[in-house]
Amino acid sequence: MIANIGTVLKSKKTIVVCSILLLLFAVIAVFAPWISPHDPVKVNLALKLKPPSAEHLLGTDHLGRDNLSRLLHGSRISLGVAFLIFVSAIGIGLLVGTIAGYLGGWVDAVLMRFCEGVMAFPSLVLVMGIVGIFGPGLMQVVLALMMVHWVYYARMIRTMVVSLKQREFITAARISGSSPWTIIRKHLIPNVLPPILVMGTLEMGWAIMDISALSFLGLGVQPPTPEWGAMIHEGKNFIRSHPELMIFPGLMILLVVIAFNVLGEALSERYGVKRRY
Amino acid sequence: MISYIGRRILAVIPIVLFAIFITFVLIRISPVDPAEAYLTAAHIQPTEEILAEKRKEFGLDQPLHIQYVQTVMKICRLDFGKSYLTNEPIIEEMTERIPATMQLAVSSIVLAIVISIPLGFLSAIYKNSLIDKCSRLLSFFGASIPQFWLGYLLIFFFSVKLDLFPVEGRGSWQHLVLPAVTLSLALIAIYTRLLRSSVLEQLQESYVLYARTRGLRERTIVAKHVLKIAITPVITGLGMNMGKLMTGTIIVEQVFSWPGFGRYFVEAIFNRDLPVIQSYVIFAACLFVVCNLIVDLVQLYMDPRISLKGRKDS
Repeated sequence: MIANIGTVLKSKKTIVVCSILLLLFAVIAVFAPWISPHDPVKVNLALKLKPPSAEHLLGTDHLGRDNLSRLLHGSRISLGVAFLIFVSAIGIGLLVGTIAGYLGGWVDAVLMRFCEGVMAFPSLVLVMGIVGIFGPGLMQVVLALMMVHWVYYARMIRTMVVSLKQREFITAARISGSSPWTIIRKHLIPNVLPPILVMGTLEMGWAIMDISALSFLGLGVQPPTPEWGAMIHEGKNFIRSHPELMIFPGLMILLVVIAFNVLGEALSERYGVKRRY
Repeated sequence: MISYIGRRILAVIPIVLFAIFITFVLIRISPVDPAEAYLTAAHIQPTEEILAEKRKEFGLDQPLHIQYVQTVMKICRLDFGKSYLTNEPIIEEMTERIPATMQLAVSSIVLAIVISIPLGFLSAIYKNSLIDKCSRLLSFFGASIPQFWLGYLLIFFFSVKLDLFPVEGRGSWQHLVLPAVTLSLALIAIYTRLLRSSVLEQLQESYVLYARTRGLRERTIVAKHVLKIAITPVITGLGMNMGKLMTGTIIVEQVFSWPGFGRYFVEAIFNRDLPVIQSYVIFAACLFVVCNLIVDLVQLYMDPRISLKGRKDS
């Protein structure tokens, strides 16, 4: 497997394999309540810290909850929130980026200075600051991540729009009397969207890690809701006797993040999109 | 060149003002009343009188723009106010904790540089060799593994199973090993890849071809010419990843109970200690901006053409 990571990254097969893996996770996330063998939040102290058995395939945690069901349910929050942020950040970024790039002038200057201001913060520190001011909770984490992440897309989209604006087909559309809104909608957005989606795939891995890190710190998902980062936080107390409680959820995060990173890199190599470090 | 440096330094001021502005606005639009947050954190039973008194003390009865100017003036004098929880000046509590965080951050940067420069370099020179493949695998995992999980895995293997290092706390050098390794892996992943691609790019340049035709030894070409130029993107990477390092310290300090600034920040979030949260966020923004400035200046020193480019841009 190690032998040809370089060539593998460019191949179509990688894209297919990663997409299938992620699709599988998406299916798990959507159908978690139906495929989970047990209720993920049902406490049964008589069954606490049981080893794997036919009834509980991955054993139970310190409150006797089924580990497998909690892992399956955990995918809902991680993937769901990451997807929500992906869609909303790109949406706001598209709106602001195309308007700033296309209109130029003072609108552009104001919007971009604002973006630069937000980018002056390390993004997760700002997210944590917002959560700190508004109080911990999943809703606050989602809003804070949205408020911070769209800025990066807006900047990139604006740069692309500024260079697209010089092209003949935009001039032609303008001369033929299309309104700015039509030009943005019909000509600019279809052109900037594909590379942005590729970049977004790379960012998904980061978003998932950020969400789980915030939950791990106790700022995001609150117990007893199953979420991978929060599960690691709970499992760490049993690191001496039951390390699997923190190992399993970590493996899930790792698997999803790797799938997104490989897919993102394969797509960006294939379509020649440059990666932002 | 001097005007370029001057302009770059002056550009920091509006960014810092904006950072203060953002935290200021966030606190004002939040549903939490600072006076109430203070009383809750200090465990004082709120009554209308105490609330009104505290609002007056915090200057909340003043118009917003005056409050903002006052906040800025205070921060310029390095007066961040007092912690709601302990009632101690925040600047003192900060200076107590920053050395611990600095120790952690600096040792992981050093570790990252010591490992990633030879690794990135060798994997470019011996492209597709075993060392290149290993370094790719390492970068790959380094970029995808959640830091807090990595921390616990290291604790599990090296503290619980092998009993080589202490689980948590700060003190001897043994305490530093696991947190520094945890924090540096993500950096190693990035720098190794950056350096590798940068060296590969440089090897295609015509000056390398010229040096080869002059009959210079490959080792001389690489060590004397390529490395010096190829390292510039890594320095940029160092600046751009300061934010990652900073959030990394927050998480790693939490995992290893490291008594640093990041842990202080997380505790403040739980206690709704608004002045501490504000101070940390502003401090982080300042540090981030200043680090990027330093990186720009170092790059300028290494490649003076940048200042010309900068002039053309503006």
